[in-house]
Amino acid sequence: MTADSHADSHGTAHTTTGLSNNKLGMWLFLGSECLLFGGLISTYMLYRGRVGEGPRPSQVFDIPFTSVSSFVLLMSSLTMVLAVSAAHKGDDRNTHLWVAITALLGATFVGGQVYEFTAFYNEGMGFTTSLFSSSFYVLTGFHGVHVTVGIIMLMSTVGILKRSKVPGSKAETVEMIGLYWHFVDVVWIIIFTLIYLIPA
Amino acid sequence: MAIIERSITTTEAFSVATPSTSLGALKRPVSSTGWKSWLFTVDHKKLGIMYSAAALFFFIVGGLEAVLIRLQLAAPNGKVLNADLYNQMFTMHATTMVFLFVMPMAAGLANYFIPLQIGARDVAFPRMNAFSFWAFLFGGIFLNLAWFLGGAADGGWFMYAPNSGPIFSPSHGIDFWALGLQITGIASLVGAVNLITTVLNMRAPGMSLMRMPIFTWMQLVVQFLLLFAVPVITVALFLLSFQRNFGATFFDVAAGADPLLWQHLFWIFGHPEVYILILPSFGIISEVLPVFSRKPLFGYPFVVFSGAAIGFVGWGVWAHHMFASGLGPVSVAVFSISTMAIAVPTGVKIVNWTMTIWGGKLQFTVAMKFAVGLIVLFTIGGLSGVTHSIAPSDTQQTDTYYIVAHFHYVLFGGAIFGLFSGFYYWWPKVFGKLLNEKLGTWNFWLMLIGMNMTFGPMHILGLQGQPRRMYQWTEARAGEGFFNLGFWNTFASIGSLVLTIGVLLFLINIVITARNGKVAPLDPWDARSLEWMTTNPPKEHNFDSIPTVSHLDEFFHRKYEEDANGQMVKVKSAEQVMKELEDNADAHIHMPSPSYWPIVIAAGLPVIAFGVIYSIPIAIFGGVIVLFGSYGWAIEPSTAPDDDFDPPVTTKDVVHVG
Repeated sequence: MTADSHADSHGTAHTTTGLSNNKLGMWLFLGSECLLFGGLISTYMLYRGRVGEGPRPSQVFDIPFTSVSSFVLLMSSLTMVLAVSAAHKGDDRNTHLWVAITALLGATFVGGQVYEFTAFYNEGMGFTTSLFSSSFYVLTGFHGVHVTVGIIMLMSTVGILKRSKVPGSKAETVEMIGLYWHFVDVVWIIIFTLIYLIPA
Repeated sequence: MAIIERSITTTEAFSVATPSTSLGALKRPVSSTGWKSWLFTVDHKKLGIMYSAAALFFFIVGGLEAVLIRLQLAAPNGKVLNADLYNQMFTMHATTMVFLFVMPMAAGLANYFIPLQIGARDVAFPRMNAFSFWAFLFGGIFLNLAWFLGGAADGGWFMYAPNSGPIFSPSHGIDFWALGLQITGIASLVGAVNLITTVLNMRAPGMSLMRMPIFTWMQLVVQFLLLFAVPVITVALFLLSFQRNFGATFFDVAAGADPLLWQHLFWIFGHPEVYILILPSFGIISEVLPVFSRKPLFGYPFVVFSGAAIGFVGWGVWAHHMFASGLGPVSVAVFSISTMAIAVPTGVKIVNWTMTIWGGKLQFTVAMKFAVGLIVLFTIGGLSGVTHSIAPSDTQQTDTYYIVAHFHYVLFGGAIFGLFSGFYYWWPKVFGKLLNEKLGTWNFWLMLIGMNMTFGPMHILGLQGQPRRMYQWTEARAGEGFFNLGFWNTFASIGSLVLTIGVLLFLINIVITARNGKVAPLDPWDARSLEWMTTNPPKEHNFDSIPTVSHLDEFFHRKYEEDANGQMVKVKSAEQVMKELEDNADAHIHMPSPSYWPIVIAAGLPVIAFGVIYSIPIAIFGGVIVLFGSYGWAIEPSTAPDDDFDPPVTTKDVVHVG
């Protein structure tokens, strides 16, 4: 998605909307993602009370722990903004730095999720334990995969930017990943509120 | 694909320079002829042809499945198929026709004609376009591999629980179905992002949205529907796969699950899907009718906005598929009313088409015949559709042949007649030869008669209570007189053979035209829109110079002007219009370069899907292919830089595309 640049190294190309093709394409993709998470969230909301023989949500959730990892993820949006800002100024050093920090914060969040999943599993909440557990793991798992893909894109961008062979405008590539990253963060705010903060 | 060097003075002097190196792991593919030029192409026209050819192949497959179903029901106690095979047959018939024929055929036409209709040289993301095609093809093949690996999917194309669960369907058929549709869904989603961006961003100067050809407009609505509908079925298919492959119980009532969850997710996708299937054909006949009526489309803005209205209201009618499931009176009332409401914009379109041909100088070419056929047949199907909005009546009709009759009138009489109209209309544009009109007339009449013979009696069968998916009928319970179910079943089966001969004539027509068809003149139909303002078939770069648009029906207005009496008279021939474009030709046009990566990434997807069914290490291997391909893709510029060409580009005024 990132590399099909219309406005490649030969300067800006004219588009009807004035928005670059890459950016418009990313916005459309994110619009589609809203429906993906919408479907997963609906499934979770339908099944969150159906715990069967397994543990109830309030028995396993560790809200302080998840609040901290959520805070880490939200802070990564700030560092992402700083990376985009540095990229627009053409400041390569700071771009690389902030992109790397963003990826690190994202990885911390995913690490926290892995820890959380392991803890839940040890407390008797496996993937197939109940409808609640299945829909919980699917929803948060899909979000975790999105964060992981974001981390891979960020790390790859650092690598490719250093070889300075990235096709198209560097600033735009960073900005595009930024759009995706912020979207994934916003989705987490919704998921965190619905799953952890509102009692079932 | 290459830089096209073009001297201003002569129109013939093209020299093609090809990029030889790549910044990726491999050198770029450089062939411009032979099979490699198709395998690695990113040209929207080649991809459009490949999309349509693959879709036509699946049309034949799905058609054969339909014929087997009708043979089974032709006589009492049918022995052609056993019950299990019959279940697989109707499931795969519907899946193939919906996902592997009508959708990709419309996508193929969109691919080919949207850039031409908006005056662009390619789509916004040429490599993503190639990826969409290969993902669709591999997904379609993957779906059908189940036939050879223990049996195909057998739960109906809507795959309701509990039939979709491992108890009622122990073979891998539904696993292949769920994962195969996941792959074609990725293709649709990527295609939607690509085509919407193309339409919104790459229109020729002066082409405002309300000067856009109507086919492009309808496709824009369709792509938005895909963009928002595909992720919903993606969720449903993931849940189904997790249930079948990893032991979850999302749709298992015994484990406390709600079976309506699947129905809601499926139809929130499934009803917009209905409009995804029909709107491209509405777009096609809205192009064909004005051309062969020698009149502009009546009420162009109404056709545009009613199309958009269908797109919006289409999201609010899904539960009319579920009236029999006990939704409660409020839901039933709401969805009844919304279902009645969506008939209004559809009716608006039918009025507009009728008014377009009213008083026109009609030329009944084969394209025109199919277009008029659509109006009539779709109206019949639309009216039986409105009867479903009356919930008590719908409850009676649910799961009977009445439903089968309804959706075949709208999908065969609507979507497929529209596509055939498009085939005859655009064939000379794509291949430079005219399809045989005489054979085409036979093709049309046999399809029209065959379709009415096959699906017409199903109204009677359904209202008499013959259930869908019934694999045998017996003489003893067939009834008497006019309503004898046996007679009408046999009649419908004979009709399906007439239909088959009709479609066969089309295939013969293709072969005859390819061998010694009449070479098409530049503007065979005296057409109206931009795609005809180039050669047949179009040049690789579509237009020598990008036209500046000042009218709806730009090509028509370049050929015709109003005289003193207010009559439109022809002042220029198509050749003269073309000459003007050539005189202003761009000197150097820099087309997107071919790439290995789209097909590599697409090939990784079915490998992952195989792994999910059989063994996780295979899935990981598939993932590695996709990751490797993505890196190759990311570090390769979509258009090769100027110094990457042999000979190197020296001039400054290069026009970049894609």
